[in-house]
Amino acid sequence: MTAARPGAPAAARRRARGGGTGRRLLGLLAVLVALVWVFPIYWMVNSAFLPTNRMRTGEPSFLPFGGTFSNFRNVLTDSAFYDAFKVSLAVTGLTLVVAILFAFLGALAISRFRFRGRRSFILTILVVQMIPAEGLFISQYQMLDNWGLVNAVLGLTIVYVAAILPFTVWMLRGFVAGVPLELEEAAMMDGLSRTGAFFRITFPLLAPGLVASGVYGFLQAWNEYTLALVVMTDPDQRTLPLWLQGLVEANRATDWGLVMAGATLISVPVIVFFLFVQKRMSAGLVAGAVKG
Amino acid sequence: MSAPRTSSAPVLPPAPPRAAAPPVHPDPPGERRPAPRRRSLRSRLGPYLLLLPALVPVAVGLGYPLVRQFVLSFQEYGLAQQFGRPAEWVGLRNYTTLLSDPYVWGVIGRSVLFCLVNAALTMAVGIAVAVLMTRVGRGARITLQVGLLLAWGTPVLATMTVWQWLFDSQYGVVNWLLAEPLGLTGMRQHSWIIEPASFYLVATVIVVWMSVPFVVFTVYAGLLQVPEECMEAAQLDGANAWQRLRHLSLPMVKPVLLVVALLQVIWDLRVFTQIYVLQRAGAPTRETHLLGTYIYSLAKEFSMAGAMATIMLVITFVLTVFYIRRMLKEEV
Repeated sequence: MTAARPGAPAAARRRARGGGTGRRLLGLLAVLVALVWVFPIYWMVNSAFLPTNRMRTGEPSFLPFGGTFSNFRNVLTDSAFYDAFKVSLAVTGLTLVVAILFAFLGALAISRFRFRGRRSFILTILVVQMIPAEGLFISQYQMLDNWGLVNAVLGLTIVYVAAILPFTVWMLRGFVAGVPLELEEAAMMDGLSRTGAFFRITFPLLAPGLVASGVYGFLQAWNEYTLALVVMTDPDQRTLPLWLQGLVEANRATDWGLVMAGATLISVPVIVFFLFVQKRMSAGLVAGAVKG
Repeated sequence: MSAPRTSSAPVLPPAPPRAAAPPVHPDPPGERRPAPRRRSLRSRLGPYLLLLPALVPVAVGLGYPLVRQFVLSFQEYGLAQQFGRPAEWVGLRNYTTLLSDPYVWGVIGRSVLFCLVNAALTMAVGIAVAVLMTRVGRGARITLQVGLLLAWGTPVLATMTVWQWLFDSQYGVVNWLLAEPLGLTGMRQHSWIIEPASFYLVATVIVVWMSVPFVVFTVYAGLLQVPEECMEAAQLDGANAWQRLRHLSLPMVKPVLLVVALLQVIWDLRVFTQIYVLQRAGAPTRETHLLGTYIYSLAKEFSMAGAMATIMLVITFVLTVFYIRRMLKEEV
């Protein structure tokens, strides 16, 4: 029932099993698989540095020799990029603040209180996550349209918060439940109020959980495409993914280097954040699923 | 938005992760609390007040559109109604119109097939790579993990632009590889997305590529939890590596495999971004629609789109009801 502790047991197991040519062949296979998965990403970054005339020769350049920053310069001098960046930042920021705060309160309720309707609430959280966005987006568009919130940061934020909240509540619930109640009770014995005990003792221990769910929410909102496509129909209100798709459609078959520079630019911060939070997310997913 | 790959990184990673830490609370109320004091009104209302902020946005952003869409799907609601004419009740007409159209059945059939093929391929490749990861040395394992993480972490739209370019008819690397080193000169200007069959082939390559990292990491984490003693005991009893995997490791991680497979089915049924972007790259849309893009194409006829979306929800439910029932029994 404990969270995955990769490393220790597996390492021991491997050592016990020993090596040999078979192992080396498997190792080679693993590297080949890694190459297949990394190639498109490598290709994106590599091509972003290649001058346009090199891409037009029909002969692919597999190495970034003779590279240039001109593609990046062209993207970064395009005001549309900054407009999209601002919209993305506003939507993501607002979504994060609202979703994390609300999810935290909800997680607190279900992990620290017993009350009527608790089970139904948990059930709702789980079932709601099964609803495909694609089965709702037209209706969501209509609703926002009636409220005059199409092409508005607030409108997109509403549907993002609704989409992200259930998972965030569930994720934070695990973290809150992981802090033993005894700690709080001990602090209360020492004279702190319940609220005081919570904020002085439990809250600091929850910081990693809040950060992890924050990064998770950031990734979801920052990368989201479908709902943005439906809600932000005005080119001036594009988020970054919509901007990138616009860039592809304007430059297809003419300037792939520029497009790759754009793709690289929006990917790098995301990848950094992602590497930071990934372990926690997948550990959370499986923890407890194997009954040992 | 979803999760990685699939990320059509759809917004909802409908992942019901178990608690990251073991849930410590036993069910009966007040059991951990020595003497249940008389509860004030404030403390009885407390949990509901805490829940309220989370409930309102979900009710507004998901619940209301869901109900509204369901109601609309029984009404005539088109352009005229948008300009103020009241919607008329038409009963099941929208549904019968849709379901008597062979084209709609084609879309449903293709979507279900695409979903099952992609989910199965993703699971097969993902499990194989996860097992491979347990069998190789540290260096190879880390290389593999870094490669998969990079692919997983890159935004869907960014990877979609790369894939479009890789399969580009004129400058794409795929055509170049086939034409130059492999000598298939006929592939020089080949368009991969103009024929539905090869369109779906490309879409499958992309979706599987995007989905596999999640499966690998999740299954790998599960495999690490299989107790060491069991493996050693089996080894002493003479079970070879394949037998240990087939009869010991995989059955023990079955709960993980079930969750992951279910998520794949949900994600692959609703696949939208990958199909939409490939269509925009010049594929014939009518022949390549799956459920998501088809609903999107109906956007102007709200009632029809609502009915189609309801059908999609029903299909999702049918494909996942087994798991939901399991979840109801175990989770809550």
